[in-house]
Amino acid sequence: MATGENVTPTRQYSIAGLFKVEGTAIALVLALLILVFMITAPRAFLGFRVYMSFMATVPPPMIIALGLTLVVVAGEMDLSFPSVIAMASYVFCILYQNYDMTWVALLAALAAGTVMGFINGLVVTKLGIPSLIATLAMLFLWGGLTTVVSNGMSLAIPQIEGDLIHTMLAGRIGVFPVQFLWALAIAVLMWLILNRHRFGENLLFIGDSLRVAKVVGIQIDREKIKLFTLMGTLSALAGVFLTLETTTYFSNAGMGYLLTVVAAVFIGGTSIFGGSGKMAGTVFGALIVAIIEAGLVASGVQGFWTRFFIGLVFIISVTMNAALEDPDKVPLLKELRSRARK
Amino acid sequence: MSSTPIVRLENVGKQYGKVVSLKNVTLEIGSNEIVGLIGDNGAGKSTLIKVLTGVEQPTSGAIYVRGQKIDAASYSVKEAHKLKIETVYQDSSLGEKQPLWRNFFVGRPITNRFGFIDVKAEKKVANQIMRSTIGFRGVGIDVDTPVSRLSGGERQGVAIGRAMHFDSDLIVLDEPTVALALKEVSKVLDFIRSIKSGGRSCIYIEHNIHHVHDVCDRLVVLDRGEVALDVPTSSMTYTELTDFLMSLHRQRVVGAA
Repeated sequence: MATGENVTPTRQYSIAGLFKVEGTAIALVLALLILVFMITAPRAFLGFRVYMSFMATVPPPMIIALGLTLVVVAGEMDLSFPSVIAMASYVFCILYQNYDMTWVALLAALAAGTVMGFINGLVVTKLGIPSLIATLAMLFLWGGLTTVVSNGMSLAIPQIEGDLIHTMLAGRIGVFPVQFLWALAIAVLMWLILNRHRFGENLLFIGDSLRVAKVVGIQIDREKIKLFTLMGTLSALAGVFLTLETTTYFSNAGMGYLLTVVAAVFIGGTSIFGGSGKMAGTVFGALIVAIIEAGLVASGVQGFWTRFFIGLVFIISVTMNAALEDPDKVPLLKELRSRARK
Repeated sequence: MSSTPIVRLENVGKQYGKVVSLKNVTLEIGSNEIVGLIGDNGAGKSTLIKVLTGVEQPTSGAIYVRGQKIDAASYSVKEAHKLKIETVYQDSSLGEKQPLWRNFFVGRPITNRFGFIDVKAEKKVANQIMRSTIGFRGVGIDVDTPVSRLSGGERQGVAIGRAMHFDSDLIVLDEPTVALALKEVSKVLDFIRSIKSGGRSCIYIEHNIHHVHDVCDRLVVLDRGEVALDVPTSSMTYTELTDFLMSLHRQRVVGAA
Protein backbone atom coordinates (compact mmCIF):
# COMPACT_ATOMS: atom_id res chain seq x y z
CA MET A 1 0.00 0.00 0.00
CA ALA A 2 1.29 3.43 -0.84
CA THR A 3 2.33 5.36 2.23
CA GLY A 4 0.51 8.44 0.97
CA GLU A 5 -2.78 6.59 1.53
CA ASN A 6 -2.05 6.12 5.20
CA VAL A 7 -2.11 9.77 6.13
CA THR A 8 -4.93 10.28 8.62
CA PRO A 9 -7.71 12.18 6.86
CA THR A 10 -8.62 15.54 8.37
CA ARG A 11 -11.03 14.96 11.22
CA GLN A 12 -14.58 15.15 9.87
CA TYR A 13 -17.15 16.52 12.26
CA SER A 14 -19.30 13.89 13.94
CA ILE A 15 -23.09 13.81 13.72
CA ALA A 16 -23.32 15.07 17.28
CA GLY A 17 -20.97 17.95 16.52
CA LEU A 18 -23.02 19.02 13.52
CA PHE A 19 -26.19 18.83 15.59
CA LYS A 20 -24.69 21.33 17.98
CA VAL A 21 -23.62 23.70 15.25
CA GLU A 22 -26.90 23.43 13.41
CA GLY A 23 -29.19 24.83 16.10
CA THR A 24 -26.82 27.01 18.11
CA ALA A 25 -28.20 30.41 17.13
CA ILE A 26 -31.82 29.51 17.72
CA ALA A 27 -30.98 27.65 20.95
CA LEU A 28 -29.53 30.92 22.22
CA VAL A 29 -32.79 32.70 21.41
CA LEU A 30 -34.65 30.06 23.43
CA ALA A 31 -32.24 30.44 26.35
CA LEU A 32 -32.66 34.20 26.21
CA LEU A 33 -36.45 33.92 26.26
CA ILE A 34 -36.34 31.59 29.25
CA LEU A 35 -34.02 34.02 31.00
CA VAL A 36 -36.39 36.92 30.32
CA PHE A 37 -39.37 34.95 31.61
CA MET A 38 -37.38 33.95 34.71
CA ILE A 39 -37.19 37.65 35.48
CA THR A 40 -40.72 38.65 34.47
CA ALA A 41 -42.43 35.53 35.82
CA PRO A 42 -40.05 34.08 38.41
CA ARG A 43 -42.69 32.10 40.25
CA ALA A 44 -43.52 29.99 37.21
CA PHE A 45 -40.21 29.87 35.39
CA LEU A 46 -37.89 29.15 38.30
CA GLY A 47 -39.81 25.99 39.14
CA PHE A 48 -39.68 22.79 37.09
CA ARG A 49 -43.43 22.36 36.67
CA VAL A 50 -43.81 24.77 33.80
CA TYR A 51 -41.10 22.96 31.85
CA MET A 52 -42.74 19.59 32.48
CA SER A 53 -45.99 20.98 31.13
CA PHE A 54 -44.22 22.23 27.98
CA MET A 55 -42.77 18.81 27.43
CA ALA A 56 -46.25 17.35 27.68
CA THR A 57 -47.90 19.78 25.26
CA VAL A 58 -45.12 20.48 22.75
CA PRO A 59 -44.73 17.02 21.15
CA PRO A 60 -47.75 17.16 18.78
CA PRO A 61 -46.85 20.52 17.18
CA MET A 62 -43.16 19.59 17.24
CA ILE A 63 -43.74 16.34 15.36
CA ILE A 64 -45.79 18.13 12.70
CA ALA A 65 -43.20 20.90 12.44
CA LEU A 66 -40.48 18.28 11.85
CA GLY A 67 -42.50 16.83 8.99
CA LEU A 68 -43.29 20.26 7.63
CA THR A 69 -39.57 21.12 7.64
CA LEU A 70 -39.04 18.33 5.14
CA VAL A 71 -41.95 19.66 3.05
CA VAL A 72 -40.52 23.20 3.06
CA VAL A 73 -37.07 21.88 2.15
CA ALA A 74 -38.60 20.48 -1.03
CA GLY A 75 -40.04 23.91 -1.80
CA GLU A 76 -43.59 22.83 -0.95
CA MET A 77 -46.13 23.60 1.77
CA ASP A 78 -48.74 21.51 3.58
CA LEU A 79 -51.57 23.31 5.33
CA SER A 80 -53.91 20.32 5.55
CA PHE A 81 -52.39 18.84 8.72
CA PRO A 82 -54.98 20.22 11.21
CA SER A 83 -57.68 18.18 9.51
CA VAL A 84 -55.45 15.09 9.33
CA ILE A 85 -54.88 15.46 13.09
CA ALA A 86 -58.62 15.66 13.66
CA MET A 87 -59.37 12.60 11.52
CA ALA A 88 -56.63 10.53 13.15
CA SER A 89 -57.84 11.62 16.57
CA TYR A 90 -61.41 10.62 15.69
CA VAL A 91 -60.39 7.24 14.29
CA PHE A 92 -58.35 6.51 17.40
CA CYS A 93 -61.07 7.64 19.83
CA ILE A 94 -63.97 5.87 18.17
CA LEU A 95 -62.06 2.57 17.85
CA TYR A 96 -61.02 2.78 21.48
CA GLN A 97 -64.46 3.75 22.72
CA ASN A 98 -66.52 1.29 20.69
CA TYR A 99 -64.19 -1.68 20.27
CA ASP A 100 -61.66 -1.31 23.09
CA MET A 101 -58.84 -1.26 20.58
CA THR A 102 -55.58 0.38 21.60
CA TRP A 103 -52.57 -0.49 19.42
CA VAL A 104 -54.81 -1.43 16.52
CA ALA A 105 -56.53 1.93 16.92
CA LEU A 106 -53.13 3.60 16.75
CA LEU A 107 -52.30 1.72 13.55
CA ALA A 108 -55.69 2.55 12.05
CA ALA A 109 -55.22 6.24 12.84
CA LEU A 110 -51.75 6.20 11.25
CA ALA A 111 -53.12 4.39 8.22
CA ALA A 112 -55.86 6.99 7.82
CA GLY A 113 -53.30 9.80 7.97
CA THR A 114 -51.03 8.00 5.53
CA VAL A 115 -53.82 7.58 2.99
CA MET A 116 -54.83 11.23 3.38
CA GLY A 117 -51.22 12.31 2.87
CA PHE A 118 -50.91 10.08 -0.17
CA ILE A 119 -54.01 11.66 -1.69
CA ASN A 120 -52.60 15.12 -0.90
CA GLY A 121 -49.47 14.10 -2.81
CA LEU A 122 -51.51 12.95 -5.80
CA VAL A 123 -53.47 16.21 -5.87
CA VAL A 124 -50.26 18.25 -5.77
CA THR A 125 -48.35 16.25 -8.41
CA LYS A 126 -50.99 14.88 -10.74
CA LEU A 127 -53.36 17.86 -10.81
CA GLY A 128 -50.43 20.25 -10.76
CA ILE A 129 -51.99 22.62 -8.24
CA PRO A 130 -49.34 24.49 -6.21
CA SER A 131 -49.19 22.76 -2.84
CA LEU A 132 -50.00 25.89 -0.82
CA ILE A 133 -53.40 26.10 -2.54
CA ALA A 134 -53.95 22.36 -2.96
CA THR A 135 -53.40 21.59 0.72
CA LEU A 136 -55.52 24.57 1.76
CA ALA A 137 -58.33 22.98 -0.24
CA MET A 138 -57.55 19.61 1.37
CA LEU A 139 -57.69 21.27 4.80
CA PHE A 140 -61.34 22.06 4.07
CA LEU A 141 -62.02 18.73 2.42
CA TRP A 142 -60.55 16.49 5.13
CA GLY A 143 -61.91 18.75 7.87
CA GLY A 144 -65.39 18.54 6.36
CA LEU A 145 -65.13 14.78 5.99
CA THR A 146 -64.08 14.41 9.64
CA THR A 147 -67.04 16.46 10.83
CA VAL A 148 -69.37 14.38 8.66
CA VAL A 149 -68.14 10.98 9.88
CA SER A 150 -68.04 12.12 13.49
CA ASN A 151 -71.46 13.69 13.08
CA GLY A 152 -70.06 16.90 14.57
CA MET A 153 -69.78 15.32 18.02
CA SER A 154 -66.88 15.36 20.44
CA LEU A 155 -65.62 12.26 22.24
CA ALA A 156 -64.00 11.81 25.62
CA ILE A 157 -61.96 8.74 26.62
CA PRO A 158 -60.65 9.54 30.12
CA GLN A 159 -60.63 5.80 30.94
CA ILE A 160 -57.61 5.32 28.64
CA GLU A 161 -55.34 6.75 31.34
CA GLY A 162 -53.58 3.82 32.91
CA ASP A 163 -53.82 1.64 29.79
CA LEU A 164 -50.51 0.36 28.49
CA ILE A 165 -50.68 2.49 25.33
CA HIS A 166 -51.19 5.62 27.41
CA THR A 167 -48.36 4.78 29.77
CA MET A 168 -45.99 4.07 26.94
CA LEU A 169 -46.82 7.01 24.71
CA ALA A 170 -48.08 9.72 27.06
CA GLY A 171 -47.27 8.53 30.58
CA ARG A 172 -44.88 10.08 33.07
CA ILE A 173 -41.49 8.89 34.30
CA GLY A 174 -41.71 10.50 37.72
CA VAL A 175 -42.85 13.92 36.55
CA PHE A 176 -41.24 13.69 33.13
CA PRO A 177 -43.65 13.32 30.18
CA VAL A 178 -42.75 10.30 28.04
CA GLN A 179 -44.10 11.84 24.84
CA PHE A 180 -41.25 14.34 24.83
CA LEU A 181 -38.77 11.48 24.47
CA TRP A 182 -40.79 10.15 21.55
CA ALA A 183 -40.76 13.59 19.93
CA LEU A 184 -36.97 13.79 20.35
CA ALA A 185 -36.56 10.32 18.86
CA ILE A 186 -38.61 11.43 15.85
CA ALA A 187 -36.47 14.58 15.61
CA VAL A 188 -33.31 12.45 15.41
CA LEU A 189 -34.93 10.21 12.81
CA MET A 190 -36.04 13.18 10.73
CA TRP A 191 -32.58 14.73 11.00
CA LEU A 192 -31.13 11.50 9.64
CA ILE A 193 -33.66 11.37 6.83
CA LEU A 194 -32.94 14.94 5.77
CA ASN A 195 -29.17 14.89 6.13
CA ARG A 196 -28.15 11.28 5.75
CA HIS A 197 -30.76 9.56 3.60
CA ARG A 198 -31.11 9.56 -0.17
CA PHE A 199 -34.75 10.62 0.19
CA GLY A 200 -33.67 13.76 2.06
CA GLU A 201 -30.97 14.46 -0.49
CA ASN A 202 -33.47 14.17 -3.32
CA LEU A 203 -35.77 16.63 -1.51
CA LEU A 204 -32.88 19.06 -1.02
CA PHE A 205 -32.18 19.07 -4.74
CA ILE A 206 -35.89 19.29 -5.65
CA GLY A 207 -36.19 22.35 -3.41
CA ASP A 208 -32.97 23.79 -4.76
CA SER A 209 -33.95 23.58 -8.43
CA LEU A 210 -36.49 21.42 -10.21
CA ARG A 211 -34.45 21.55 -13.42
CA VAL A 212 -31.33 20.26 -11.71
CA ALA A 213 -33.32 17.57 -9.93
CA LYS A 214 -34.70 16.44 -13.27
CA VAL A 215 -31.39 16.25 -15.10
CA VAL A 216 -29.67 14.33 -12.31
CA GLY A 217 -32.40 11.72 -12.64
CA ILE A 218 -34.52 12.31 -9.52
CA GLN A 219 -38.10 11.13 -9.98
CA ILE A 220 -39.67 14.34 -8.79
CA ASP A 221 -43.33 13.32 -8.65
CA ARG A 222 -42.62 10.06 -6.86
CA GLU A 223 -40.47 11.77 -4.24
CA LYS A 224 -43.12 14.45 -3.67
CA ILE A 225 -45.86 11.87 -3.22
CA LYS A 226 -43.66 10.07 -0.70
CA LEU A 227 -43.10 13.40 1.04
CA PHE A 228 -46.79 14.26 1.44
CA THR A 229 -47.53 10.68 2.49
CA LEU A 230 -44.91 10.88 5.24
CA MET A 231 -46.35 14.25 6.28
CA GLY A 232 -49.78 12.61 6.57
CA THR A 233 -48.40 9.80 8.74
CA LEU A 234 -46.60 12.24 11.04
CA SER A 235 -49.70 14.45 11.33
CA ALA A 236 -51.73 11.40 12.31
CA LEU A 237 -49.10 10.41 14.88
CA ALA A 238 -49.25 13.93 16.30
CA GLY A 239 -53.03 13.55 16.41
CA VAL A 240 -52.75 10.37 18.48
CA PHE A 241 -50.28 12.00 20.91
CA LEU A 242 -52.64 14.95 21.28
CA THR A 243 -55.59 12.63 21.91
CA LEU A 244 -53.65 10.63 24.51
CA GLU A 245 -52.59 13.78 26.34
CA THR A 246 -56.04 15.42 26.35
CA THR A 247 -58.07 12.15 26.26
CA THR A 248 -60.60 13.87 24.03
CA TYR A 249 -61.49 14.28 20.39
CA PHE A 250 -63.07 17.38 18.96
CA SER A 251 -63.37 18.27 15.30
CA ASN A 252 -61.09 21.31 15.24
CA ALA A 253 -58.51 19.84 17.59
CA GLY A 254 -55.61 20.63 15.26
CA MET A 255 -56.65 24.05 14.06
CA GLY A 256 -54.76 25.86 16.81
CA TYR A 257 -51.51 24.45 15.43
CA LEU A 258 -51.92 25.76 11.91
CA LEU A 259 -50.04 29.03 12.31
CA THR A 260 -47.76 28.14 15.21
CA VAL A 261 -46.35 25.07 13.46
CA VAL A 262 -45.55 27.04 10.31
CA ALA A 263 -43.95 29.67 12.55
CA ALA A 264 -41.87 27.04 14.36
CA VAL A 265 -40.38 25.81 11.08
CA PHE A 266 -39.32 29.24 9.87
CA ILE A 267 -38.20 30.48 13.29
CA GLY A 268 -35.94 27.41 13.30
CA GLY A 269 -34.06 28.68 10.27
CA THR A 270 -35.36 26.51 7.44
CA SER A 271 -35.08 28.44 4.18
CA ILE A 272 -38.31 29.91 2.84
CA PHE A 273 -36.90 29.36 -0.64
CA GLY A 274 -36.40 25.60 -0.27
CA GLY A 275 -33.21 23.59 -0.71
CA SER A 276 -32.05 23.74 2.89
CA GLY A 277 -33.55 22.96 6.26
CA LYS A 278 -32.66 22.65 9.92
CA MET A 279 -34.31 19.91 11.98
CA ALA A 280 -32.54 21.00 15.18
CA GLY A 281 -33.74 24.52 14.48
CA THR A 282 -37.31 23.26 14.18
CA VAL A 283 -37.08 21.54 17.57
CA PHE A 284 -36.06 24.83 19.18
CA GLY A 285 -38.55 26.75 17.05
CA ALA A 286 -41.41 24.62 18.38
CA LEU A 287 -40.18 25.14 21.96
CA ILE A 288 -39.89 28.90 21.43
CA VAL A 289 -43.45 29.22 20.16
CA ALA A 290 -44.76 27.21 23.12
CA ILE A 291 -42.72 29.13 25.66
CA ILE A 292 -43.83 32.51 24.36
CA GLU A 293 -47.46 31.50 24.74
CA ALA A 294 -47.02 30.32 28.32
CA GLY A 295 -44.41 32.87 29.34
CA LEU A 296 -46.45 35.91 28.45
CA VAL A 297 -49.48 34.67 30.30
CA ALA A 298 -47.36 33.83 33.35
CA SER A 299 -45.77 37.28 33.16
CA GLY A 300 -49.20 38.82 33.56
CA VAL A 301 -49.42 40.08 29.99
CA GLN A 302 -52.91 39.74 28.59
CA GLY A 303 -53.32 36.51 26.61
CA PHE A 304 -54.30 38.54 23.56
CA TRP A 305 -50.68 39.65 23.20
CA THR A 306 -49.24 36.17 22.64
CA ARG A 307 -49.82 36.09 18.88
CA PHE A 308 -48.39 39.57 18.59
CA PHE A 309 -45.15 38.46 20.24
CA ILE A 310 -44.94 35.24 18.25
CA GLY A 311 -45.19 37.42 15.15
CA LEU A 312 -42.42 39.65 16.47
CA VAL A 313 -40.09 36.74 17.26
CA PHE A 314 -41.02 35.23 13.89
CA ILE A 315 -39.84 38.31 11.98
CA ILE A 316 -36.70 38.71 14.08
CA SER A 317 -35.73 35.04 13.68
CA VAL A 318 -36.31 34.87 9.95
CA THR A 319 -34.33 38.07 9.46
CA MET A 320 -31.56 36.82 11.72
CA ASN A 321 -31.39 33.49 9.90
CA ALA A 322 -31.21 35.23 6.53
CA ALA A 323 -28.51 37.59 7.83
CA LEU A 324 -26.48 34.68 9.21
CA GLU A 325 -26.62 33.02 5.81
CA ASP A 326 -25.68 36.16 3.91
CA PRO A 327 -25.99 39.70 5.34
CA ASP A 328 -26.63 41.09 1.85
CA LYS A 329 -29.88 39.14 1.69
CA VAL A 330 -31.41 41.65 4.10
CA PRO A 331 -31.83 44.93 2.18
CA LEU A 332 -31.72 47.02 5.37
CA LEU A 333 -28.42 45.49 6.49
CA LYS A 334 -27.04 45.74 3.00
CA GLU A 335 -27.76 49.46 2.92
CA LEU A 336 -26.31 50.02 6.38
CA ARG A 337 -23.18 48.10 5.47
CA SER A 338 -22.65 49.99 2.23
CA ARG A 339 -23.11 53.29 4.10
CA ALA A 340 -20.62 52.23 6.73
CA ARG A 341 -18.07 51.48 4.04
CA LYS A 342 -18.29 55.01 2.60
CA MET B 1 -12.32 3.96 -34.10
CA SER B 2 -14.05 0.77 -32.93
CA SER B 3 -16.74 -0.80 -35.08
CA THR B 4 -19.99 -0.17 -33.19
CA PRO B 5 -20.67 3.47 -32.39
CA ILE B 6 -21.61 4.40 -28.81
CA VAL B 7 -24.80 6.00 -29.98
CA ARG B 8 -26.64 5.87 -33.24
CA LEU B 9 -29.74 7.93 -33.99
CA GLU B 10 -31.78 6.74 -36.94
CA ASN B 11 -34.32 9.05 -38.57
CA VAL B 12 -35.14 10.56 -35.21
CA GLY B 13 -37.91 13.14 -35.18
CA LYS B 14 -39.40 15.17 -32.37
CA GLN B 15 -42.54 17.28 -32.46
CA TYR B 16 -43.99 19.49 -29.77
CA GLY B 17 -47.63 19.70 -30.80
CA LYS B 18 -47.42 21.16 -34.30
CA VAL B 19 -43.89 22.47 -33.92
CA VAL B 20 -41.33 20.21 -35.55
CA SER B 21 -38.03 20.42 -33.67
CA LEU B 22 -36.20 17.52 -35.28
CA LYS B 23 -36.87 15.77 -38.55
CA ASN B 24 -35.13 12.60 -39.72
CA VAL B 25 -31.89 13.11 -37.87
CA THR B 26 -29.40 10.32 -38.41
CA LEU B 27 -26.20 10.65 -36.42
CA GLU B 28 -23.47 8.43 -35.01
CA ILE B 29 -21.08 9.07 -32.17
CA GLY B 30 -18.06 6.78 -32.20
CA SER B 31 -15.81 5.92 -29.30
CA ASN B 32 -13.10 8.32 -28.14
CA GLU B 33 -14.06 11.24 -30.35
CA ILE B 34 -15.10 14.80 -29.66
CA VAL B 35 -18.01 15.86 -31.83
CA GLY B 36 -18.86 19.52 -32.12
CA LEU B 37 -22.56 20.26 -32.51
CA ILE B 38 -23.21 23.64 -34.05
CA GLY B 39 -26.41 25.43 -35.01
CA ASP B 40 -28.40 28.58 -34.48
CA ASN B 41 -30.87 29.06 -31.68
CA GLY B 42 -33.86 26.92 -32.53
CA ALA B 43 -31.89 24.65 -34.86
CA GLY B 44 -32.78 21.72 -32.60
CA LYS B 45 -29.52 21.26 -30.69
CA SER B 46 -31.06 21.08 -27.23
CA THR B 47 -33.94 18.93 -28.41
CA LEU B 48 -31.45 16.50 -29.95
CA ILE B 49 -29.56 16.31 -26.67
CA LYS B 50 -32.72 15.84 -24.63
CA VAL B 51 -33.77 12.95 -26.85
CA LEU B 52 -30.29 11.44 -26.77
CA THR B 53 -30.02 11.55 -22.99
CA GLY B 54 -33.49 10.40 -22.08
CA VAL B 55 -34.89 13.69 -20.82
CA GLU B 56 -37.51 13.59 -23.58
CA GLN B 57 -38.83 10.82 -25.80
CA PRO B 58 -38.58 11.08 -29.61
CA THR B 59 -41.83 11.07 -31.62
CA SER B 60 -40.32 8.95 -34.40
CA GLY B 61 -37.16 7.06 -35.32
CA ALA B 62 -34.92 4.82 -33.27
CA ILE B 63 -31.98 5.16 -30.89
CA TYR B 64 -29.25 2.52 -30.68
CA VAL B 65 -26.72 2.46 -27.84
CA ARG B 66 -23.72 0.25 -28.61
CA GLY B 67 -25.74 -1.51 -31.28
CA GLN B 68 -28.70 -2.22 -28.97
CA LYS B 69 -32.02 -0.67 -29.88
CA ILE B 70 -33.44 1.40 -27.04
CA ASP B 71 -37.08 1.16 -26.05
CA ALA B 72 -38.04 4.80 -26.43
CA ALA B 73 -40.95 4.61 -23.99
CA SER B 74 -38.84 3.51 -21.05
CA TYR B 75 -35.73 5.52 -21.91
CA SER B 76 -35.02 7.97 -19.11
CA VAL B 77 -32.18 9.89 -17.53
CA LYS B 78 -31.62 6.93 -15.19
CA GLU B 79 -31.45 4.55 -18.16
CA ALA B 80 -29.01 6.86 -19.94
CA HIS B 81 -26.83 6.91 -16.82
CA LYS B 82 -26.85 3.12 -16.79
CA LEU B 83 -25.77 3.15 -20.44
CA LYS B 84 -22.96 5.51 -19.43
CA ILE B 85 -24.28 8.59 -21.17
CA GLU B 86 -24.07 11.75 -19.12
CA THR B 87 -25.04 15.34 -19.80
CA VAL B 88 -23.54 18.48 -18.36
CA TYR B 89 -26.03 21.29 -18.76
CA GLN B 90 -24.88 24.85 -18.97
CA ASP B 91 -26.47 26.04 -15.74
CA SER B 92 -28.64 23.27 -14.44
CA SER B 93 -26.37 20.40 -13.55
CA LEU B 94 -25.55 21.38 -9.99
CA GLY B 95 -27.65 22.23 -6.94
CA GLU B 96 -26.56 25.75 -5.94
CA LYS B 97 -27.14 25.50 -2.21
CA GLN B 98 -25.75 21.99 -1.85
CA PRO B 99 -22.15 21.15 -0.97
CA LEU B 100 -19.84 19.74 -3.63
CA TRP B 101 -19.83 16.21 -2.24
CA ARG B 102 -23.63 15.97 -2.55
CA ASN B 103 -23.44 17.28 -6.08
CA PHE B 104 -20.99 14.59 -7.08
CA PHE B 105 -23.27 11.79 -5.93
CA VAL B 106 -26.83 13.08 -6.21
CA GLY B 107 -29.10 10.64 -8.02
CA ARG B 108 -26.76 7.70 -7.27
CA PRO B 109 -25.40 8.08 -3.74
CA ILE B 110 -23.31 5.50 -1.92
CA THR B 111 -25.86 4.06 0.50
CA ASN B 112 -26.39 1.10 2.76
CA ARG B 113 -29.38 -1.12 2.11
CA PHE B 114 -31.69 1.15 4.08
CA GLY B 115 -30.84 4.05 1.82
CA PHE B 116 -28.68 5.92 4.29
CA ILE B 117 -25.79 7.74 2.67
CA ASP B 118 -22.18 6.91 3.54
CA VAL B 119 -21.10 10.53 3.86
CA LYS B 120 -17.53 9.70 4.73
CA ALA B 121 -17.00 7.58 1.64
CA GLU B 122 -18.70 10.11 -0.61
CA LYS B 123 -16.57 12.96 0.71
CA LYS B 124 -13.41 10.92 0.27
CA VAL B 125 -14.17 10.11 -3.36
CA ALA B 126 -15.33 13.67 -4.06
CA ASN B 127 -12.06 14.90 -2.64
CA GLN B 128 -10.10 12.55 -4.90
CA ILE B 129 -12.01 13.68 -7.99
CA MET B 130 -11.35 17.30 -7.10
CA ARG B 131 -7.64 16.79 -6.55
CA SER B 132 -6.82 14.44 -9.39
CA THR B 133 -9.42 14.34 -12.18
CA ILE B 134 -10.24 18.02 -12.30
CA GLY B 135 -7.16 19.33 -10.56
CA PHE B 136 -8.79 21.72 -8.07
CA ARG B 137 -6.17 23.08 -5.80
CA GLY B 138 -7.98 26.37 -5.64
CA VAL B 139 -7.86 28.29 -2.40
CA GLY B 140 -10.79 27.88 -0.11
CA ILE B 141 -12.63 25.20 -2.04
CA ASP B 142 -13.25 21.86 -0.41
CA VAL B 143 -15.93 19.19 -0.60
CA ASP B 144 -18.15 21.09 1.85
CA THR B 145 -18.20 24.28 -0.22
CA PRO B 146 -21.64 25.02 -1.65
CA VAL B 147 -21.75 25.31 -5.43
CA SER B 148 -22.96 28.91 -5.22
CA ARG B 149 -19.43 29.90 -4.16
CA LEU B 150 -17.75 28.44 -7.28
CA SER B 151 -16.93 30.30 -10.47
CA GLY B 152 -18.60 29.31 -13.75
CA GLY B 153 -15.53 27.43 -14.97
CA GLU B 154 -15.17 25.56 -11.69
CA ARG B 155 -18.80 24.47 -11.92
CA GLN B 156 -18.21 23.00 -15.36
CA GLY B 157 -15.17 21.25 -13.94
CA VAL B 158 -17.20 19.71 -11.12
CA ALA B 159 -19.88 18.52 -13.52
CA ILE B 160 -17.35 17.07 -15.96
CA GLY B 161 -15.41 15.45 -13.11
CA ARG B 162 -18.63 13.87 -11.90
CA ALA B 163 -19.36 12.47 -15.36
CA MET B 164 -15.87 11.04 -15.64
CA HIS B 165 -16.03 9.49 -12.19
CA PHE B 166 -19.16 7.59 -13.10
CA ASP B 167 -17.27 6.19 -16.05
CA SER B 168 -19.47 7.69 -18.72
CA ASP B 169 -18.48 6.70 -22.23
CA LEU B 170 -20.23 9.69 -23.71
CA ILE B 171 -20.34 13.07 -22.05
CA VAL B 172 -22.60 15.73 -23.53
CA LEU B 173 -21.64 19.33 -22.83
CA ASP B 174 -24.32 21.94 -23.41
CA GLU B 175 -22.62 25.27 -24.14
CA PRO B 176 -20.16 24.99 -21.26
CA THR B 177 -18.34 28.25 -22.00
CA VAL B 178 -21.31 30.61 -22.20
CA ALA B 179 -20.87 33.61 -19.93
CA LEU B 180 -17.37 32.65 -18.84
CA ALA B 181 -14.31 34.87 -18.60
CA LEU B 182 -11.50 34.10 -21.04
CA LYS B 183 -9.29 32.45 -18.43
CA GLU B 184 -12.19 30.22 -17.37
CA VAL B 185 -12.88 29.24 -20.98
CA SER B 186 -9.39 27.85 -21.45
CA LYS B 187 -9.86 25.78 -18.27
CA VAL B 188 -13.06 24.31 -19.68
CA LEU B 189 -11.40 23.53 -23.02
CA ASP B 190 -8.72 21.68 -21.05
CA PHE B 191 -11.44 19.70 -19.27
CA ILE B 192 -12.82 18.75 -22.68
CA ARG B 193 -9.44 17.57 -23.89
CA SER B 194 -9.09 15.51 -20.71
CA ILE B 195 -12.33 13.73 -21.63
CA LYS B 196 -10.68 12.49 -24.81
CA SER B 197 -7.37 11.60 -23.21
CA GLY B 198 -9.39 9.61 -20.67
CA GLY B 199 -10.59 7.44 -23.59
CA ARG B 200 -14.16 8.76 -23.64
CA SER B 201 -16.33 10.54 -26.17
CA CYS B 202 -17.91 13.92 -25.99
CA ILE B 203 -20.60 15.89 -27.77
CA TYR B 204 -19.71 19.51 -27.44
CA ILE B 205 -22.45 22.02 -28.17
CA GLU B 206 -21.17 25.50 -28.71
CA HIS B 207 -21.94 28.89 -30.16
CA ASN B 208 -18.34 29.94 -30.45
CA ILE B 209 -17.16 28.26 -33.65
CA HIS B 210 -13.56 28.99 -32.86
CA HIS B 211 -13.60 26.81 -29.73
CA VAL B 212 -15.32 24.01 -31.59
CA HIS B 213 -12.84 24.02 -34.41
CA ASP B 214 -10.07 24.02 -31.86
CA VAL B 215 -10.95 20.91 -29.83
CA CYS B 216 -13.30 18.75 -31.92
CA ASP B 217 -12.53 15.77 -34.15
CA ARG B 218 -15.77 15.99 -36.07
CA LEU B 219 -18.26 18.76 -36.84
CA VAL B 220 -22.01 18.38 -37.08
CA VAL B 221 -24.13 21.34 -38.12
CA LEU B 222 -27.84 21.31 -37.38
CA ASP B 223 -30.15 23.56 -39.34
CA ARG B 224 -33.90 23.78 -38.78
CA GLY B 225 -34.05 20.33 -37.28
CA GLU B 226 -31.91 18.60 -39.89
CA VAL B 227 -28.26 17.64 -40.16
CA ALA B 228 -26.77 20.07 -42.67
CA LEU B 229 -23.15 18.99 -42.33
CA ASP B 230 -21.24 16.06 -40.80
CA VAL B 231 -17.50 16.08 -41.56
CA PRO B 232 -14.15 15.49 -39.86
CA THR B 233 -12.73 18.78 -38.59
CA SER B 234 -9.52 18.21 -40.52
CA SER B 235 -11.40 18.44 -43.85
CA MET B 236 -12.46 22.03 -43.23
CA THR B 237 -10.52 25.09 -42.19
CA TYR B 238 -11.96 27.56 -39.73
CA THR B 239 -12.69 30.00 -42.58
CA GLU B 240 -14.43 27.34 -44.68
CA LEU B 241 -16.60 26.48 -41.71
CA THR B 242 -17.68 30.07 -41.12
CA ASP B 243 -18.37 30.49 -44.84
CA PHE B 244 -20.57 27.39 -44.76
CA LEU B 245 -22.51 28.67 -41.75
CA MET B 246 -22.97 32.05 -43.41
CA SER B 247 -24.32 30.36 -46.54
CA LEU B 248 -26.88 28.51 -44.40
CA HIS B 249 -27.89 31.82 -42.91
CA ARG B 250 -28.28 33.41 -46.37
CA GLN B 251 -30.43 30.52 -47.59
CA ARG B 252 -32.70 30.99 -44.64
CA VAL B 253 -33.07 34.71 -45.29
CA VAL B 254 -33.84 34.03 -48.94
CA GLY B 255 -36.25 31.26 -48.00
CA ALA B 256 -38.08 33.51 -45.59
CA ALA B 257 -38.44 36.32 -48.15
